[in-house]
Amino acid sequence: MTDTFEPKITAFVCNWCTYAGADLTGTSRIKYQSNVRVLRLPCTGRIDFMLLAKAFARGADGIIISGCHPNDCHYTSGNYHARRRWMVYRNLMDFMGIDVERITFSWVSAAEGAKWAELVNEVTTGIRAKGPYTEYQELAHTGVE
Amino acid sequence: MDLNEKAKQLLEAGTVQAVLGFEPGTHGAPRPAFARGADQAARLVSGPGCDQNLASYVTRAPVKRLGKLAVLATPKVLRALLQLMAERQIQEQDVLPLALDAAGQVVELATAQAMEEHLALEPDPVSTQDRELLDRLGRMTRAERWAFWQGELSRCVKCYACRSSCPMCYCEHCTMDCNRPQWVPVPSHALGNLEYHMVRSMHLAGRCVQCGDCGSACPVGIPVHLLTFNAEQTVHAQFGQRAGASAKLDYALSTFRPDDKENFIR
Repeated sequence: MTDTFEPKITAFVCNWCTYAGADLTGTSRIKYQSNVRVLRLPCTGRIDFMLLAKAFARGADGIIISGCHPNDCHYTSGNYHARRRWMVYRNLMDFMGIDVERITFSWVSAAEGAKWAELVNEVTTGIRAKGPYTEYQELAHTGVE
Repeated sequence: MDLNEKAKQLLEAGTVQAVLGFEPGTHGAPRPAFARGADQAARLVSGPGCDQNLASYVTRAPVKRLGKLAVLATPKVLRALLQLMAERQIQEQDVLPLALDAAGQVVELATAQAMEEHLALEPDPVSTQDRELLDRLGRMTRAERWAFWQGELSRCVKCYACRSSCPMCYCEHCTMDCNRPQWVPVPSHALGNLEYHMVRSMHLAGRCVQCGDCGSACPVGIPVHLLTFNAEQTVHAQFGQRAGASAKLDYALSTFRPDDKENFIR
């Protein structure tokens, strides 16, 4: 099982920077590991903390959250608000015993196609080494008829 | 003037329409009570067992309809009232907090400023027992913390007593009751419980006044208050503000500083 394990990575990215950046990775013909499922949202400020919990419950082994660098937000301050939210939520998750190392936060701009490829490769390799996040995924089945 | 005399005087003069305090309930255990006329003022008691955070009543519509309310106010009630003012759920003139000094005499705290000054003399709200448990959890490995919380939360029956007891949970339409779409699973299974407590804690981050009433309300004894304490303490440590310290406080998560410091974003 372990040698055939392919991690599922869910990436929540903002429309204006990271999604465009990931697009650039493609148009630049940079190859990267195909374990990532990209979900485009208007802004990192739109990423509800529960989306992360939902992703884990639905079988994600790793999560990438990425958006515009500070000062670059299309909506002026969405990423600043998101940053505060993640600061609180990450601590809370760690306190509850959730493996926060499976969640990677990053700023990737529309010009950083290479950074995106590098990020995905790094995260995928890391999660592959960690193995599937069965601990959390099992929760979705316990006690449910 | 002691509590009963003060309540009688306030009700007779019509300064307030009701006094919220405690009366002896089943087997003499104190329970929250409203004295709505001077003749009811003698019922009120104070002392051991009068621990519930009465601020959770003041935002309820039937209570608001009573008119101006005097509230028997311990430090945690004062913090909750100040936070409710900061969130514009009540106004300074809606309530008259009555604090008791060491001799059992009433101190009227008519303004937010008086409440803030009274609170400034109070020690850290987190009890020694909670502090010890927080330290113990802090020393655990991640896997141990997971096992601890899974063990605790497995007893949760989703009675929502933690939500009902919380002075800051005043939303008329709670996201927990929203079923189109169903955001958090209703059954009290492992995932539903974890997600519920996660949402509750996040919704109280930067707003929790650390009264711990959610933990004392829990019928199965889960220390759920530690979860909201954790979120609140992160806000205090990172953004330097504490809920309930002032009647003028911006919500920590709807504001920001460009130089907020984290160490995990790449």
